[in-house]
Order: sequence, then C-alpha cells, then structure tokens
Amino acid sequence: MNLPLLTIALLLPVLGAVVVAVLPQAGHGTSRVALPKQVALGVSLLTLAVVGYVGIAFDTDGARYQFTETHEWIRVFGAHYALGVDGIGMTLVLMTAILTPVVILASWYDGDDGRWGANAFFAWILVLEGLSICVFAATDVFLFYVVFEATLIPIYFLIGGFGGPRRSPAAVKFLIYNLLGGLLMLAAVVGLYVVSARSAVGPTYLLSELTTVPIEQSTARWLFVGFFVAFAIKAPMVPVHTWLPDAAEEGSAGTSVMLVSILDKIGTFGMIRFCLQLFPEASQWATPVVLTLAVVSVLWGALAAIGQDNIPRLIAYTSVSHFGFIVLGIFVLNSYGQTGSTLYMFNHGMSTAALFLVAGFLIRRRGSQLISDYGGVEKVAPVLAAMLLVAGLSSLSLPGLSPFISEFLVLQGAFAHGWWWAAAAVLGIVLAALYILLMYQRTMTGPTVPSVAGLKDLDVREVAALAPLVLLIVVLGFFPQPLTSMIDPAVAATLEQVGATDPAPTVPSAPSEAAATEQESPE
Amino acid sequence: MNVALQETLPVVEPSATSGALSLLWVIIALPALGATVILLLGNRRTSGFAHLLGCATVVGSFVLSLVCFVTLLGRGEEERQVVQKLYTWVEAGSFSADFALLYDPLSALFLLLITGVGSLIHVYSVGYMEHDARRARFFAYLNLFVAAMLVLVLADNYLLMFLGWEGVGLASYLLIGFWQHKPSAAVAAKKAFVVNRVGDIGMALGTMLVFTTFGTVAFAGVSAAAGEASQTTMTVLGLLFLLAACGKSAQVPLQSWLLDAMEGPTPVSALIHAATMVTAGVYLVVRSNFIYDHTEAAQTAVVVVGTVTLLWGAVIGCAKDDIKKALAGSTMSQIGYMMLAAGLGPAGYAFAIFHLLTHGFFKANMFLGAGSVMHAMDDDVDMRHYGALQKAVPVTFLTFALGYLAIIGVPPFAGFWSKDKIIEAAFGENLVVGTAALLGAGITAFYMTRVMLMTFLGSKRWERGVHPHESPKTMTVPLVVLAALSAVGGLLLLGDWVVEWLAPVVGAEEHHELAVPPIVVSLVVLLVVAAGVGLAVALVGRREVPRTAPTSVSFVTRAARADLYGDAINEGLLMRPGDSFVRGLVSFDDHTLDGAVSGTGGAFGGLSSTFRRMQTGFVRSYALSLLLGALLVVVAMLAVNL
Repeated sequence: MNLPLLTIALLLPVLGAVVVAVLPQAGHGTSRVALPKQVALGVSLLTLAVVGYVGIAFDTDGARYQFTETHEWIRVFGAHYALGVDGIGMTLVLMTAILTPVVILASWYDGDDGRWGANAFFAWILVLEGLSICVFAATDVFLFYVVFEATLIPIYFLIGGFGGPRRSPAAVKFLIYNLLGGLLMLAAVVGLYVVSARSAVGPTYLLSELTTVPIEQSTARWLFVGFFVAFAIKAPMVPVHTWLPDAAEEGSAGTSVMLVSILDKIGTFGMIRFCLQLFPEASQWATPVVLTLAVVSVLWGALAAIGQDNIPRLIAYTSVSHFGFIVLGIFVLNSYGQTGSTLYMFNHGMSTAALFLVAGFLIRRRGSQLISDYGGVEKVAPVLAAMLLVAGLSSLSLPGLSPFISEFLVLQGAFAHGWWWAAAAVLGIVLAALYILLMYQRTMTGPTVPSVAGLKDLDVREVAALAPLVLLIVVLGFFPQPLTSMIDPAVAATLEQVGATDPAPTVPSAPSEAAATEQESPE
Repeated sequence: MNVALQETLPVVEPSATSGALSLLWVIIALPALGATVILLLGNRRTSGFAHLLGCATVVGSFVLSLVCFVTLLGRGEEERQVVQKLYTWVEAGSFSADFALLYDPLSALFLLLITGVGSLIHVYSVGYMEHDARRARFFAYLNLFVAAMLVLVLADNYLLMFLGWEGVGLASYLLIGFWQHKPSAAVAAKKAFVVNRVGDIGMALGTMLVFTTFGTVAFAGVSAAAGEASQTTMTVLGLLFLLAACGKSAQVPLQSWLLDAMEGPTPVSALIHAATMVTAGVYLVVRSNFIYDHTEAAQTAVVVVGTVTLLWGAVIGCAKDDIKKALAGSTMSQIGYMMLAAGLGPAGYAFAIFHLLTHGFFKANMFLGAGSVMHAMDDDVDMRHYGALQKAVPVTFLTFALGYLAIIGVPPFAGFWSKDKIIEAAFGENLVVGTAALLGAGITAFYMTRVMLMTFLGSKRWERGVHPHESPKTMTVPLVVLAALSAVGGLLLLGDWVVEWLAPVVGAEEHHELAVPPIVVSLVVLLVVAAGVGLAVALVGRREVPRTAPTSVSFVTRAARADLYGDAINEGLLMRPGDSFVRGLVSFDDHTLDGAVSGTGGAFGGLSSTFRRMQTGFVRSYALSLLLGALLVVVAMLAVNL
C-alpha cells in the first residue's frame, strides 16, 4: 500500500477546484446550470471517501505518524514536502473532509449572487479544503508555514467576494490581523532555521529532526512567542479576536463555517504540534499567562455573545469562548485535558457548523441578521427551530451531545492542573446557557411576528446538509471512543515530549478498579 | 466512636447483573426508543399512535422495574447491589467513565416511583392533552424525561449521573416551554434551565474533585476510599453537591425557577416538578452518603438549606391564589423536609427517601387533581374563581381530599408517617431545627386547608359561562390509584421495612434518644396541624372569599405573594448589574479593544494608513508581502550559511 493517500486527499479538491473554475458558469435564472456545483460536491465527497479510508486504516496502536511521505523540497533550507498524520492531525483532517461537502450542499445558492459567480465560490471552498488537509498533515515547519499563509488567499476571496455589504473592510481586517501573526511566525520560522543550521543536526525543517535540536532557553522562549502569537490570532483569543465577529457578520454562512470550524483550528492545532513539541520548556514557562488568556477568552467571549443582537456575531463570540476552552485544555498539560482539547476541536467544528448553517438558512429567508427582527419562528418553521435548538444545545455542551464530553475533559484537566482554573472557566457553562437560550427564546418563541409569518420551513437539501452534523453530534455524545482512541496515543506522545505527567489522585481508590480498567480490551 | 462508625458505613460493592436483572438497560431503552421514534417521525406522522407508544413504553418499563424489584427482594441483603456495565463511555488518558447501571435498594425504589407514577401520568395526559395539536410531541418529551430520569438514578458514577441530571433538565426546559408561543412559558423555561445550570456548576466541579481525589468517578471506588480523604475535601465535595441539589430541587437560594415552571402543562408539573425530577437533589445527597457521612460541616449546611426552604416554601404557599403555584410552594417546602432529613446522616436518609416516595404519591395526586379542576374550569387557575366544586367534580374532590389528608399528616394516611419521622429525627438533632419542622407542619396544614376550602367548598365564584364537569376516565383512574397510594403509602414503614431495606445503601439508622417518648412528639405535631387547620377554617372557611385578591394586606402577605422577593433579589443583585456589565463589555470590545489592537497593529506594521488603500490594490500587496517574507527567509538562511 504505497499510494500517497494524503497527497491524493489534498490534491483531489485542488484539482477539482480547477475543473469547477473552468466549467460553464453556474447560476440561477433561466440558465440554471448546476454542473459546477455537482462537480464540487462530488469532488468533496470523493475526498471524504479517501480521507475516510485513511481514518479507518489508521492504526491506533501503530506508529505515531502514519501515511508519511517525505520528499526533499529546498535542500539549502532543509525544507521538505513532508506529510503524515498522528491521531490529532487525523481527527482534524477528518473534520475538514466531513465539513466541506456539508458546506457545499448547504451553500448551494449562496455563490449565485456573489461578485464572481458560483463557480468561483465553490472553487475557493475546494482550494481551502485542500490547503487545510495539507496544513493538518504537514510534518515540516516550512511547509506548514507556507500553507498556513496560503490559506488566507481563498478565505479572503470568499469573504470579500460573497458576503454582506461591508464585506471588503471585514476581509481586509481579517487579512491584516492574520498577516501580522504570519509575519511573527515567519520570524520564528527563520529563527528555527538559524538554530538548526548552527546545531550538529544541520539545517532542517523536519519536525522529527527539529525536536532533537537543542535550543537555548531564551531563544526557545522568543521563538515560542512568535509561534504562539500567530496561533492566538488565528484561534482567535482575547484580546486579538475582534476580526472574527466582523468576518462572520459579513461572510456567507458557508464561509464562516470554513473559517471558524476549520481554519481557526490551525491555530490551536499549531499550538499542540509546534509550540509544545518544539519548545517544551518554553511552553511550561508560558503556561500561567496562556491559561489566564484562555480563561479570559472563555468568559469574555461568552459575555460578549450574550450582548449581541446580530446572530452571526453572536456565534462568532461563542467560538471565542470555545477556543478559550480548547487552549485551556492544551496548556494544562495532562492527558484528559489534551485529549479533551482535540476532541473539542472536532466537536466544535460540527456544532458551530450546524449553528452557522441553520442561522444562515434563517437569515437568507428573512433577510435580516438581527435577533430583534424575529419572533415565534418555531410556529411557522418547526424543523428549522428544532435544528437550531439541537445545534444550540450542543454549543452549550449539553450532556448526551458530543461537545459535553470534550468540555468536561478540558475542565477536568484544568481542575487537575489547579482547581481555580476550572472554577473560573466553569462559569462559562452558565453563560453558554444564557447566550444560546436567550437567542432561541427571542427568535423562535413567543407570538409569530408578521415579518416571518410566511417563512418556509427547511427543505430537503437543507435538512440533508444538517443531518450528518446532527447525527455525529448525537452519536459521538454517547460513543466518543472511535475518536478518543485515535487521539490518546498522540496526546501521550506529545506529553512525553513536554515531560508532563498526570497528577496522581490524592486518595487512590481500590487497586482492583485501576487494574480492571487496564485490562479492558477494546471491543 | 468515629472508628466504629466508619466500620459500619456501607460500601458500594456491586456484583455483575444476572438473570432478570440483566434486563436493566431495557428499562431505560424503552422510553428512550419511544421518544426517538416520535421525534424522528415528527408530530404529524405520529399523532395517531404517539400517545399509545408513549404509554406502552413507560408501562413496559414499570413492569420490568417490578420484575427487577421482586428479583432483588428474593436475594440476600449482601447480594442486593448489582452493576450492569454496558460499555466504556469516556476514556481519555487516565480518565475513564463507564456507561454502567447500578441497581440497589435505593435505585430500585426510584425505578418504581418514576415508572409507576410516570405511567399514571402518561395515561392521564392522554385525556388532558387530547385537544392539543402537538400531543405527539408532548409524549415524546415525557418519554425523554422518563429515560433521562432513569439514567440519573441508575448511573453508577457521577459523570453518567450528570448525563441524566442535565437530561431531565432538558426535558423540563422543553416541557415548561411546551406552549412556547406564550412568552411567559418561554421565559420560564429558559429561567429554569439557567438557574439549574448554576447548580450544575456544583455538579461539574464536584465530579472533577471526586476524580482528582479518588482517581475514579464511580460510586464504588469513591465509597471504598472515602474515609481516607481529607476532611476539607469531603466538606468541599459536600457543599458542591449541595449546590447542585439546590438547583435541581429548588432549594433556597436557587428556588426561584420552580414557581415559574408552573407555566408547563399540569401533568408536567405533577411528574417533573413534584413527584420525580425536583427530588433528584435529595437523591444526590442520599446517594452520596459516603461523602456526607465524613463531613459534619456539609451535613449542617444541608440541614440549614432544608430547614430554610421548608419554611420559605410553606409561607409562599399560604399567599398564592393560583392553585398550581400554591402547590408548587408546597413542593418546595416538602422537599425542604426531605433535605433536612438527608442532612441528618444515617439517622435521616431512609426517612428522606420515605417522605420522597409518599410525597411523590400525594403531590402527584393533587397536581393531577388541580389539572382536573382546571380542565373543568376552562383552564382557569385562580382559586378565587373556584368554590363549591365538590359536587361538580366528585371524583376529583375525593381523591384530592385523600392527598390533602396525607400531606397535612393526618393518621393513618401516608404523609403522617413520613413527616412525623422527619420531625422526630429533627428534634433528635437540634431543638431549633425540630421546632422549625414542627412549625412547618402547622403552616402546611394552614395553606392546604386554604386550597381545599377555596377550591371545593364555600360558595360558587365561577366565571360566567363556566360549566364544570368531571374529567374523562383516563384522567380519573390515575387519580384514584394515586389517592389510594396516598392513603396507604405509610405501609412502607410497617415493621421498619423501608429503613431496613435501605440500610445496605445508607447505613443503619442511628437511634437518637429523645427527651420525650416519640408518641409525645406525634401528639404535639397533631396539635399543631389541628391549629393550622383551625386557623384556615377561621380565616378562609368562615368568610366570603373575595373574587379579586385584596390589596390592603400585611407586609408578610405581600412578601409571600412576591415569592419572598427571590426574583427581586436576583434581579437587583445579578440580572441588572450583569446586563450593564455585558453592555459595557460589548462596547469596550467593539470600540476600545478593536481600535487599540488594530491601531497598534497598524502602527506596528506601518499599515494603518494603507488600511483602506489595500482594499483595491489588495492582491498586489498580498503578493508583495509574501514575496517580502520569502526574501527574508532566503537572506536569513544565506546569512547563516556564510
């Protein structure tokens, strides 16, 4: 089995994008050419099939990185085209491959009235998918950096070309924030090269080789900061988050999903992959500051969400809060916290996608993003209301839905690290109940306001787009094992590199318990 | 003494399920299946059979619960704890929690209560919701509730219990807001969920502390090692779980949601907000006996909360004209009694559960009775518009009367036995607590007599066009069954059965020597109850009840009508300041922070002036910066190589 499956998985959508771009323009009105859209959907499904195969073939007891490919790229720099996935990368590649066809199906008509037509819209989405798969699979820092920057291009065009009235400023704001982060990261990337070139290992960007390069303490800390700030902007964390609500408000629902559910994860993924693995000492050193920022993000994002009247902005702020949880789990440096974080990334991807898409369906019908323009929608569109409620409940981490498990694990990790972190972050669960249920109450319940009286309920295509998300949210709420068993070994390996171990219980319970858990064979 | 005490404390040591008990999971699966089928197919497609499916699944669960109960009865005392591990639910690093069901004498009683009363209320709802277009949906939610409640009481660990805990919260949210076109219902539903979430902080942090302390979240592991943890840990755990219990069981200071929850259809009030869900807090405390037994401080806190709430709810109950709200105040108060008992440790656990069961019977009975009255009065809930209904709705009257006799504690009805035991135990603990419990019994007698008089006796004060009629059989039959149970529920205490049955779970009852023989306490209680009844007859029965509530009333009445200002306090202390804070934060986020970061960033990269220009020539600029970056890399690398 020597097929370069990861390369195939990332090239498929990119090539598909080219095809979609050159096909006759899709559109509405009399022509109603749907072929480009169908091709886009088909390509994304094919990609999902390939990625799905990789996921099934992934051996949870196998080597850390699997499906590896390494080709020399720029010899002088020691840069390689190197791909490979561990459980963490695999989870995010899967998430990307699942979300893209969902977004395409849900955005069927969203590209029609954009600046450049539907073909461009779907082509950019596919490009974005290919780049995202590449970035989550990159095991070479230089490759990662280049693709990290390259992802800005499609999302810039998606926001700037297919969004609301103030889309241009929003797109530029997005870009400036992310370019600034990118510049800092570039400096750190260059620094890494300098360090490796001077060491016995020689110039290299391969992650596997870089981890063996000794880095002086102060240098490592500077480099850590360079990477971390770039990732914190991307994630985004308070106080560098304000580009996200603007982007979400102006972008189409599908764009927001690609941006918030997938692209922003590069930030938190980067923290695990590069901050922790390359600079373990610096990570420990920065932990108090990072955890503080994380908890502030959790609460700040949630409070800001409560105060929003604009639905996409509200969802964007809930994500600021959720990203706070993810970063919290990463930096508490214990197994359940970190497994929780990676699981959180996946679950948040599904949950927020569902929320953005349902909200998008609603907004497209009524033509307003403002909560205050709605009321009593449940009465006229019960299926839409039900979907919004399920998505909302998953966002507030209701037990039985998948985000609960990841959020609990993160909080458990925070508690084990220092109870006060968990005690502060746990307030987020009350605030989450408020921002979701207030929004639901104001839009869906009460007497039906005249302007939504004629609203149509979701059609088959819309339900079909949401169904896989809802299904995953419910199933993984009861059976998270397929993902956690994949993530666990990767987390264990990361923590070993950082030199962190789980705190022992203060009063170990009966040994028979522990032994029983040990012996359990996976069924 | 302490060492001796610890040795006698029971430990959760279940064996694997076998025989009939391996059907345990089906008890949960049946209602869960019912809910799933109805919700997936939708209201319209299932409207023909949803009520039948809903009833059938719960009745099926009841039958299985009975079978399991009989099986357990047939076993020796040491073999009455079984666990059925279905699968490993969460496994992440060194954290692990099973989807495993613990069946023991405590959960056995709850199973019977939940599925038994649940079945009756399902049947009742067939008639009560007959004319509601969304009846199928209603049954789906009811089934969902029963499934979640069963998970709550069958969970063998704190995390799984949390699943049931919030699951019932969700069902409660959906059902309070069932008529969500009414803004008041939608607001009440949200309020219930949010206030419960405040309590859930305790549940979440408690579970986390359990794990970091014991390395497991399973009851078995915790109970085995409980004696070795520090006093502080146990106290903190006790207080955290008490916070959780306050939320779910509407105990002060998290009581404010329960009265608003009466916005839900009446069967919901009976099942969720009287008989089962709101008592989950008591279950949590009793289930966590292995924690509370090691911390007197937390036990005292439980007693204080229970005592305050039993008076708080009773006072509210005296001033309400809305029949459901009067009953809701009463529910708070009665759960206060249970909490009080649970806080007494092994001396009270069994009585807390005993009262929980009898209360489940008589309060469900009276709520359903109230529903039947409302049914007769065109959904009017104002008791000032009732009066003289005993002839119009005779079955409802008689069954309600039995519930009334039970709750005020007239021998030999159920409430007499269970409340008397709690008051006795309270006196054994502390004179103040005992007196408060005694006083509570008097107030209970007063407000319940007031409800009886205003509803069924006195003169007709009906609204024009109202023609009261007795409810259909589907509604009256459950009433009769519940009334019978309210009458004979005390039999559970026969030969101390319930105490001995629960002993393997909660420990043997400690015997407190009272200064006076128990019979004296019972007599005093009866005297106080008689005084409460007499006062009500004098104040309400002997006078004409005004059709609108008088406004020139004492400060106490005004306070009680305003739920003792619980909402006003929340409003003033939390909601209004919180609202301003959020507004300030949003404005800061939109202007100051955004501006500062963009400004700094802009100045830093020299981009702030080019911000707008870039919109047009953007692509070029982007390419330029990428190129610049790449150049930088090359230069740096050459520099190193040279």
